[in-house]
Amino acid sequence: MDFLVFQYPMITLQACLDGILLGVLFALIAYGMALQWGVMNIINIAQGDLVILGGYIAYFMYLYGIHPAWGVIVAPVIMYFVGIAIYKLVINKVVDRDLFISILATFGISILFMQLMNFAFGADVVLANSGYGTTMLFDNNVVLPNSKIFSAFISIVFAICLVIYMKKSKLGRAIRATAQNARAAKILGVDTEKVYAATFGINAALCGVAGALISITFTIHPYMGLPYTIRSFMIVIVAGLGNLPGVAMSGMGLGVFEEFADYILGTEFRIGSVFLLLVLILVYRRFKLSRKREYLK
Amino acid sequence: MNKNFILYAAILIFGLVAPFLFPAFKVQLSILCVLIVLATTWNIQGGEMGYNSFGNILFYGLGMYLCASVQVGMFFPLAEWTESGGEKTFVHTPTQFFQGMAVGLVVAALVPTIVAGLIGYSILGLRGHYFAICTLGLGVAAGEISGGIEIIGAGQGFTTPPFPNVGSLEAMGIETMKYKIIGWMISAFFCGLAGGIMGGLVGYIDSTDVAFDGREMGVFMVLMAILGGKGTLWGPIIGATIFHIFKEGFWTFFLGWQYVALGVLIVVIVIYFPEGIMGWLREKYPERFGEVVDEKDRKAQVELK
Repeated sequence: MDFLVFQYPMITLQACLDGILLGVLFALIAYGMALQWGVMNIINIAQGDLVILGGYIAYFMYLYGIHPAWGVIVAPVIMYFVGIAIYKLVINKVVDRDLFISILATFGISILFMQLMNFAFGADVVLANSGYGTTMLFDNNVVLPNSKIFSAFISIVFAICLVIYMKKSKLGRAIRATAQNARAAKILGVDTEKVYAATFGINAALCGVAGALISITFTIHPYMGLPYTIRSFMIVIVAGLGNLPGVAMSGMGLGVFEEFADYILGTEFRIGSVFLLLVLILVYRRFKLSRKREYLK
Repeated sequence: MNKNFILYAAILIFGLVAPFLFPAFKVQLSILCVLIVLATTWNIQGGEMGYNSFGNILFYGLGMYLCASVQVGMFFPLAEWTESGGEKTFVHTPTQFFQGMAVGLVVAALVPTIVAGLIGYSILGLRGHYFAICTLGLGVAAGEISGGIEIIGAGQGFTTPPFPNVGSLEAMGIETMKYKIIGWMISAFFCGLAGGIMGGLVGYIDSTDVAFDGREMGVFMVLMAILGGKGTLWGPIIGATIFHIFKEGFWTFFLGWQYVALGVLIVVIVIYFPEGIMGWLREKYPERFGEVVDEKDRKAQVELK
């Protein structure tokens, strides 16, 4: 236990800034999850594994001498097609079924991806070195790696592009219509099958971007996917579906929470605290809802 | 009733005699029994009450750690045991071993039951997928946290000596929460027991790879119950047996590819076989399951197809 973090304002500031920059990335992944949850009513446990796969794409570019920042462009393109392939093979068979079926099926995909990545890339923790250096703030008391600032900036750019695309483009409108009412959209001539495939592809592409950024800023490992899934699930249930400012805010909140948990409890309890927070949020939500239900009665 | 009694007696006798008849398969049979217990208990709230849990692994892992800790801690200082990493500095005499095992198993069964009772009210109020994800989170959190606790070995490990439709019942005015919590506690009791036994069989406890192994055992439970047919008595037993045979075969011949096979297996079973073996049999021979089928109805259905 170490409460020094509260006694020195500079450390507090450092943790907050780190957390916010990290939280922007979480928010990007959560936005993809909210999108497909809202449109297809599917909870994708393999979300985090798609992120890690995107990270390995950037890492491999780095290994072959290309600057990993280009992964931000390449990873989403590749991941879009991976997403479409997963949709065609598995997801389109579970779309209309019970949510638990989709959870279990994507759990299967998650295990499959984890192991295939373990075979293909090895079980080492790796990172793609961007060589961006660091920025010192407040008399060198706060140290921010430029790669973190870069990744937060790129995430925001992608999120804004996607929002505009969803508002303006034909496909974006079709996706929003399907999310509101799939049957009505179908009757009015929207090819929902195509919309679903595109939604899953876009989600995978977002994961690809986030993964490439994570491989530059942090580290990746084949088994690190599940925490990212849980984080994005948590952000989505706190913010609600289709609430982008909420997703951004709760993403950053989660990032800050994690940094503080890291300082106070120690790094070994970091992932554990994320999962415990999920349980606490769900239980809190259950009691809040049941009070509401009683009130309505 | 009488027929059932003979059947259960036969199974019990087989269970007692089997280790002597097939000594080569002793460990395999024990693991099979543990798997059957896990699948059947998952079925209590997963299949019959419709609460699909990924978190029974919590009780299993808890039982495993408790049983081993009690078994060691009763006779030797626990911290030094873990420190030595299973070196032969401390040796249980046979009496000590069995005394420790007995007390350990009692603790391993009771503590998870109490834990289930305490958290039951909060957790079981969640619905559907929120429950599934929440229990998944619980299992992983337990694994991560126990991996950070020194006295049970932290990172380096520890060596060891009928409610078909809840909604409609609630509408009928039946207080379901009490029964849900009881069902959940029964699951916890047997999961803890199974964990305690499995710890002794495996001989080595690691926080995320053996005890709170949501990725492997946690999914196995669900998979076995679904493979056999959830919500049925015999389904999980059949499912566990088939799964164990398949798993051992695959694990032996395709070492390294087991998780790939597991992932594919989950997807295939969930998509193409969600009703399981019992569900399939039930559809094929409804009379055997006590369902009265009108001949005309059946013909009409066949024509429709």
